Amino acid sequence: MAILTKEEAKKIIDKVLAFSKADEMSVSLTGSRTGNIRYARNSVSTSGESYDLALAVTAVYGKRSGTSTINEFDDKSLEKTVRRAEEIAKLAPENPEYMPMLGPHTFVESNTFAQSTANIDPDYRAKVAFDSIDPCKKKNLTAAGYLEDTTEFVAMGNSKGLFAYNKSTSVDFSVTVRSADGTGSGYVARDFNDSSKLNAKVSTEIAMQKAMASVSAKALEPGKYTVILEPTAALDLIQNMMRSIDARSADEGRSFMSKKGGGTRLGEKLLDERVNIYSDPTNPDAPNAGFSMDGRPQEKTTWIENGVFKNLAYTRYWAQKQGVKAVPPPGRFIMQGGRQSLEELIKSTEKGILVTRFWYIRAVDPQTLLYTGLTRDGTFYIENGKIKYPVKNFRFNESPIIMLNNLEAMGVPTRVRGNMIPPLKIRDFTFTSLSDAV
Amino acid sequence: MKRRDFMQLSGMGLGAMMLPNIPVMGRSVAPEALLDGGVDVAVKKRLADAALNAAKSKGATYTDVRIGRYLNQFVVTREDKVQNIVNTESYGVGVRVIANGCWGFAAIVDAKTEADTARAAEEAVAIAKANARLMKQPVQLAPQKGYGEVSWKAPIQRNAFEVPIQEKVDLLLGVNDAALKNGANYVNSVLFMVNEQKYFASTDGSYIDQDIHRIWPIFAVTTIDPKTGKFETRQALSAPVGMGYEYLQTNPKDKITGITTRYNKGYDMLEDVIAAAKQTKEKLAAKSVEAGKYDLILDPSHLWLTIHESVGHPLELDRVLGYEANFAGTSFATLDKWQSKNFNYGSKEVNLFADKTQVGSLGAVGWDDEGVQTKKWDLVKDGTLVNYQAIRDQVHIIGEKESQGCCYADSWGTVQFQRMANVSLAAGKTPLSVSEMIKDVKKGIYIIGDGSFSIDQQRYNFQFGGQLYYEIKDGQIAGMLKDVAYQSNTQEFWNSCVKVCDERDYRLGGSFFDGKGQPQQVSAVSHGSSTARFNGVNVINTARKI
Repeated sequence: MAILTKEEAKKIIDKVLAFSKADEMSVSLTGSRTGNIRYARNSVSTSGESYDLALAVTAVYGKRSGTSTINEFDDKSLEKTVRRAEEIAKLAPENPEYMPMLGPHTFVESNTFAQSTANIDPDYRAKVAFDSIDPCKKKNLTAAGYLEDTTEFVAMGNSKGLFAYNKSTSVDFSVTVRSADGTGSGYVARDFNDSSKLNAKVSTEIAMQKAMASVSAKALEPGKYTVILEPTAALDLIQNMMRSIDARSADEGRSFMSKKGGGTRLGEKLLDERVNIYSDPTNPDAPNAGFSMDGRPQEKTTWIENGVFKNLAYTRYWAQKQGVKAVPPPGRFIMQGGRQSLEELIKSTEKGILVTRFWYIRAVDPQTLLYTGLTRDGTFYIENGKIKYPVKNFRFNESPIIMLNNLEAMGVPTRVRGNMIPPLKIRDFTFTSLSDAV
Repeated sequence: MKRRDFMQLSGMGLGAMMLPNIPVMGRSVAPEALLDGGVDVAVKKRLADAALNAAKSKGATYTDVRIGRYLNQFVVTREDKVQNIVNTESYGVGVRVIANGCWGFAAIVDAKTEADTARAAEEAVAIAKANARLMKQPVQLAPQKGYGEVSWKAPIQRNAFEVPIQEKVDLLLGVNDAALKNGANYVNSVLFMVNEQKYFASTDGSYIDQDIHRIWPIFAVTTIDPKTGKFETRQALSAPVGMGYEYLQTNPKDKITGITTRYNKGYDMLEDVIAAAKQTKEKLAAKSVEAGKYDLILDPSHLWLTIHESVGHPLELDRVLGYEANFAGTSFATLDKWQSKNFNYGSKEVNLFADKTQVGSLGAVGWDDEGVQTKKWDLVKDGTLVNYQAIRDQVHIIGEKESQGCCYADSWGTVQFQRMANVSLAAGKTPLSVSEMIKDVKKGIYIIGDGSFSIDQQRYNFQFGGQLYYEIKDGQIAGMLKDVAYQSNTQEFWNSCVKVCDERDYRLGGSFFDGKGQPQQVSAVSHGSSTARFNGVNVINTARKI
């Protein structure tokens, strides 16, 4: 069985550590069961399931380290792997930035596992595909979608006495629904730890409705518009910002967080004062393991408070060099929102564009966090609080930093790819050209 | 597949290179393990036959077996430090069958016995039969002759895995040192090396043994202006190639001199990094571009990516048909446009071809991953759309009798599907050099190296940046520009192509990690061209204040 209990995992890790002759040794043991089903043109195209169970041993002599991996667990194989890691370590170049391993810690437990997801079988996956394809067929629409479910555990231990274990499940579902003539397209994506929260039929209906409503889109001139970004769209840009909060790049002068003349912009109010982003592994809607893969605890951390950056993410080496706490990057993040529903945000908009999702986002300038990309699968013009008509897709060139200064309103956060994010109403969002893509 | 085996290289200090997350399959091994020969070919045949027989006895009407050993070595450095040396090996067997008219696939890691491969075959048949219930139409597979026992080996001169790690570390640290000595503040450099050892057998009677090598040396140099707090980065002008370590042996005939030196089949990493360090300072002082229409002169080190995105992807038949609708998207190049025989993809100067045989290219193999011998074919001829890229279960849709041989899986454990062939722009037939091309340009920009890239899901609207931008005024290069990106529409852009330099300037660029499919698979593909001119393209200014 690929999913070991905490006790089973610890027993194997302890056995491996007992073989060690190195200065330091760490062991990680991971196992997973992943299944998927993919469909297109209203028919299942591929499906499969795979299991994995693997052990990685890292041996360290001084500042030299070596890693060896294996997926057999008899004593002889385990000892051989330890010796192999030790041999590789002795021959490796020194890493001047090597940090000694961390000792024991009591990590917070988070509720990342759901039995319902672990129970998913091929019949469940086929039913999801059917529930998504069938209503589309009936309305002469075409569905292309994908479901992936994972049950996994990760355990780690080291010669300093650290041990950590987490078992988790996840289910990711997305579907693109297109009109038969290809002039309309809609999209929806949902992800949960607990698959009992997923309703493929109801989700698909949203994509169907968008596909039908986006037929015969009109062209608007590119330019600056008030936009309402649905959470899926908002996440893309916010996540890019959250992946750019590395302290070292900021200290080195090559980040949007670098300050002219040296130092960082930590503590400066760079965003609208209503922007608050934090991470918390125990959040019930976006739970995450209580530890990072380098053994650091994941604790509740405030990243942005009232528009001010309060923390940057550190490697242990860089934190020691700078003499600060080694805050690890967040596993997942939570952006606080408002109380309005998406419908209420639309209702309060005189003129604007509703964006379902973005596509092909790439960095243009790391200095200003400028990104380019396009709208896709449901872009609509809003006038006097109502969706008036579908519009052709736009290319944008925009920075999340500028965007979060032009914040008009936020709605109720929902979960997108493991994070919590509200729909955002933004003024003066920059669209630079039109696309004919549907 | 096994997500725990993925090493996210974005966490390896490559941030400055703006590389996407790169999934690398395989288990960590010692460097010497990359040199042992793997499973003997006679053993592979026995393992394959066991699977072929097992599938047949369970009712499969077609079976192919891929026994794969995939080796990677990555050496990652910054300034005076080695950050990481990654050695991975992944070995296993994947079996694909048709049973009850439906595809089924199963794979087994570390399969060493005939019982293992037979088990994978039986599982694949069971999956095919289960999926057959949800099938709309049975698979229609183009006939394919068997080739018997054959082999193909990439024509490399020096296996990169045989080069001692120390030599590679010395090269990269020497490159980093040169960057710092020439005024750069920071430098990252990486050597990616890949060897695919693939054995393919099918019920058509083919037993194909292939040995494929790829290498990609890259760096990113960053310089900060202390007065303004601004920084500029210049990445390597190297290309990922289907070659051995000889790519790093420089030869004067492989250098294209001009405003900056570019490289063909041999790359001088040290020379390029020195130029890069100086050019980051030049970029800091460069004029910010004035937005507007310009004639663009695009170097092959840049144009490959525009070809990849605006020609390679839209002409993949599975995208045209809608199989990628939920992820990579569909295509503007619909079947009716191809059927009309008069769809102007580009101007008369534009000839685009697919080629899986090009020596030194990333996509070069003898046979593809469903046993089809590789070839070259036209996609756009004298500006008109004439063909797509298609594999055995698709070619009947475009009236072809045999597959074009562009089926690929990135691992033994993933199912093969249609992937992009090397897609290239043919060199101009009339003698024309880059300097002759620039001479006629009144208001233009000369772009070298690839940068930021983005295109919509049907491949109409795109935006590209580069590494180096030079302003052209009245036929002369007037100096460096910055904050440049161009936006266009695929058909408009290729119809604005007025000139292509001759074959003396023809070079390959390429993508080492092109992503497609759910779950996502990567593939490596080259794109060749000579420098080409595009008139009246919309250029935007990307400078912002935060």
